[in-house]
Amino acid sequence: MSNSPLTPGIVPGRLPAEAYARNFADHEPALDRHEARVAADRCYFCHDAPCITACPTSIDIPLFIRQIATGTPEAAATTIWSQNILGGICARVCPTETLCEEACVREAAEGKPVEIGRLQRYATDVAMAKGLHPFTRGTPTGKRVAVVGAGPAGLACAHRLAMHGHDVVIYERRPKAGGLNEYGIASYKATNGFAQKEVDWLLSIGGIELRCGVELGRDVTLAELEAGYDAVFLGIGLAGVNALRAAGEDKAGVRDAVDFIAELRQTADLSTLPIGRDVVVIGGGMTAVDAAVQSKLLGAETVTIVYRRGQEKMSASAYEQEHATSAGVRIICNAMPVAIHGNGAVREVEFAYTQETPEGLKSTGETFRLKADQVFKAIGQTLAGAPEGLAVQGGKLAGHQGKVWAGGDCAAGGEDLTVTAVAEGRDAAEAIHKHLMA
Amino acid sequence: MANLSSEFVGIKSPNPFWLASAPPTDKQYNVERAFEAGWGGVVWKTLGAEGPPVVNVNGPRYGAIWGADRRLLGLNNIELITDRPLEVNLREIKAVKRKWRDRALVISLMVPCDEESWKDILHRIEDTEADGVELNFGCPHGMAERGMGSAVGQVPEYIEMVTRWVKQHSRMPCIVKLTPNITDIRKPAEAAKRGGADAVSLINTINSITSVNLDNFSPEPSIDGKGTHGGYCGPAVKPIALNMVAEIARNPETRGLPISGIGGVTTWRDAAEFLALGAGNVQVCTAAMTYGFKIVQEMISGLSQYLDDKQIGLSDLVGRAVPNVTDWQYLNLNYVTKAHIDQDACIKCGRCYAACEDTSHQAIAMSADRTFTVKDEECVACNLCVNVCPVDNCITMVPLAKGAVDPRTGVKVGDYANWTTHPNNPSVQAAE
Repeated sequence: MSNSPLTPGIVPGRLPAEAYARNFADHEPALDRHEARVAADRCYFCHDAPCITACPTSIDIPLFIRQIATGTPEAAATTIWSQNILGGICARVCPTETLCEEACVREAAEGKPVEIGRLQRYATDVAMAKGLHPFTRGTPTGKRVAVVGAGPAGLACAHRLAMHGHDVVIYERRPKAGGLNEYGIASYKATNGFAQKEVDWLLSIGGIELRCGVELGRDVTLAELEAGYDAVFLGIGLAGVNALRAAGEDKAGVRDAVDFIAELRQTADLSTLPIGRDVVVIGGGMTAVDAAVQSKLLGAETVTIVYRRGQEKMSASAYEQEHATSAGVRIICNAMPVAIHGNGAVREVEFAYTQETPEGLKSTGETFRLKADQVFKAIGQTLAGAPEGLAVQGGKLAGHQGKVWAGGDCAAGGEDLTVTAVAEGRDAAEAIHKHLMA
Repeated sequence: MANLSSEFVGIKSPNPFWLASAPPTDKQYNVERAFEAGWGGVVWKTLGAEGPPVVNVNGPRYGAIWGADRRLLGLNNIELITDRPLEVNLREIKAVKRKWRDRALVISLMVPCDEESWKDILHRIEDTEADGVELNFGCPHGMAERGMGSAVGQVPEYIEMVTRWVKQHSRMPCIVKLTPNITDIRKPAEAAKRGGADAVSLINTINSITSVNLDNFSPEPSIDGKGTHGGYCGPAVKPIALNMVAEIARNPETRGLPISGIGGVTTWRDAAEFLALGAGNVQVCTAAMTYGFKIVQEMISGLSQYLDDKQIGLSDLVGRAVPNVTDWQYLNLNYVTKAHIDQDACIKCGRCYAACEDTSHQAIAMSADRTFTVKDEECVACNLCVNVCPVDNCITMVPLAKGAVDPRTGVKVGDYANWTTHPNNPSVQAAE
């Protein structure tokens, strides 16, 4: 391949073949046994620990860390999974710096929290490598539950329902289960097919049937599910993508970041994946960072994130922002796209500087242009494809209506995080169980 | 730099840091490396009687316990006295002493408990020009089963008897090394003094099993699936050693008897504590075995700095804390303190709360926002919160002023008064 980072246009193979393996290797390597013990020893075993409170799934963090410290990572994994059955992926993708590790008293004391995320990964990796699955399917109840969406919420819900003895059928529109774990997060956070391994491990409890390629509204209706099952759980995520509302948005080279990331995650040989020379990512969240960093890792010469508000408003954490800038991504804040220029394909993006006013965000009138042959839109996802007739609050589904429950990104309440989705799926399962057994 | 020159029972050394009789002092090669690194003296590894040397096991000799980062906290060993021929040791001792005139070189001895054996070994070492002898009445493993080591050290009459033989057949200063594996350390020390010892050294190692292998159920260190009790040493034993040194230092029967302090000395600070409790010098082994001989340089610089900061000489430090070691019954029961939590330093871990609430006196309050405060009306000043707090000086014990009312008891803080006069003491005689 003769392409390089300087080759104009959207082309594959900008880097030497060996660079891809290196660039997309494990972002944060696993702790070994000794490192884990040393890291675990830093935990103070706080009373009523703040880290537990900060965890959306309320994992008993001091307990699992003590179990690691005493040489029983398998018991630690059981502690983790009891609260969060997707503890493996959460250890990799959780923004721990804004959750448990931010709450860690050692963060307050010395700015260096206990490495909770990495310890959680250590425990779950050890236990999974041993093939441990410390939960069994409950005595069959004869009740059947349909779960729509095999993302973190749906999987967590299905597993907890299986533990209670209910028969579960998961309907997933994509070819594979895993949701954003499989299609949505940066590749280097879940290497070696971890998302699928975890799905397989989770399903090994039994009692869960997975039907991929079945889309709600297209292949099956909610009414059919309600008629055929004792309860329905919707974990359908946010399938819609916000529009830029800038002129020229339809030009070639302009694409949704989530689609790009999904394609990347499903590409076995990343040297075949085309990427622009000058990439502009519009947005300020984790998706923007994941798209930008991976563009850089694929060999783009310049990658720029442009966010319309101030840096402190970016939903990507400071840690994520630093990760992006250290990968060579430039972050421009307080600028919004006004037009995409180019003859058929994007050539430049024009931005206007913004300021916060009492009436909201306004253009200052001053504009600038960035050279771009590829633009990724990462300005948020919206509920799409939800069945008619369900109550919607603030653009999201209500948690429970009749025999239908919802959880994860599609549901109202909580942040749009994997760990939050797991908590909501788990809790919905408990509510469904209570309802079915009443 | 403070002058650290030391004189212990007439034996001069450039500093008070000696290597204890142990594996590091078994050979000329090791001892010369130690002297090059700066050690003030050594006690050569214990020599036995003429004849075929003892043998050691050919599997592990040491077991250990560790902190999280494999910081060695305690070490035990089942090694015996030197397993090299007597004449080799004597030749090397002589060579080392000639080469290193300014360093202390003391020979540790252990022979059967009869006068001829002691007379013979003392005669054989005369020619080495060594500065003194140390009688090994301490080793708790192997040799004790043969009637030597701690088997002697556990019987004060034997200590006295052997010490007397040694003083009778040798003009060398005689240091008696004591075993801690006894009930009252004062008794063997008194016996040594009666026998004419110039000094005692302590502690030797403590009988121990470091751990048990939970797969094959062998004690560690494991020799072909079996283990035996070994001698425990290292940082973990220091508190035990400090107490024993202090007991001898303050005992009227042994007061003034020079003490060579041994047991977990790892830093200059440990050494200074032994000296303050009455040791005239210290002996070190585990720290050197863990980190190498170079650690003596930190001990030298640290002790010098401390003495300079305090503007005192080495001899001023020796025994300085002894008058403050007393019996429980003389402690001031009218000394009342209360725990105080520095809210700025507090990191809100709640360990003090868990410790107090679960295991002590329910004297710490926890608010919804994780503010921890001491309830003076409940606090008995046990100090547990101080000890479990991970932050230095976050929780301190603040004494109540005389005349202040203790909110827990409602009683005014009075003058010094101890148990001997306390009304609850059944032994107190009525005043009239």
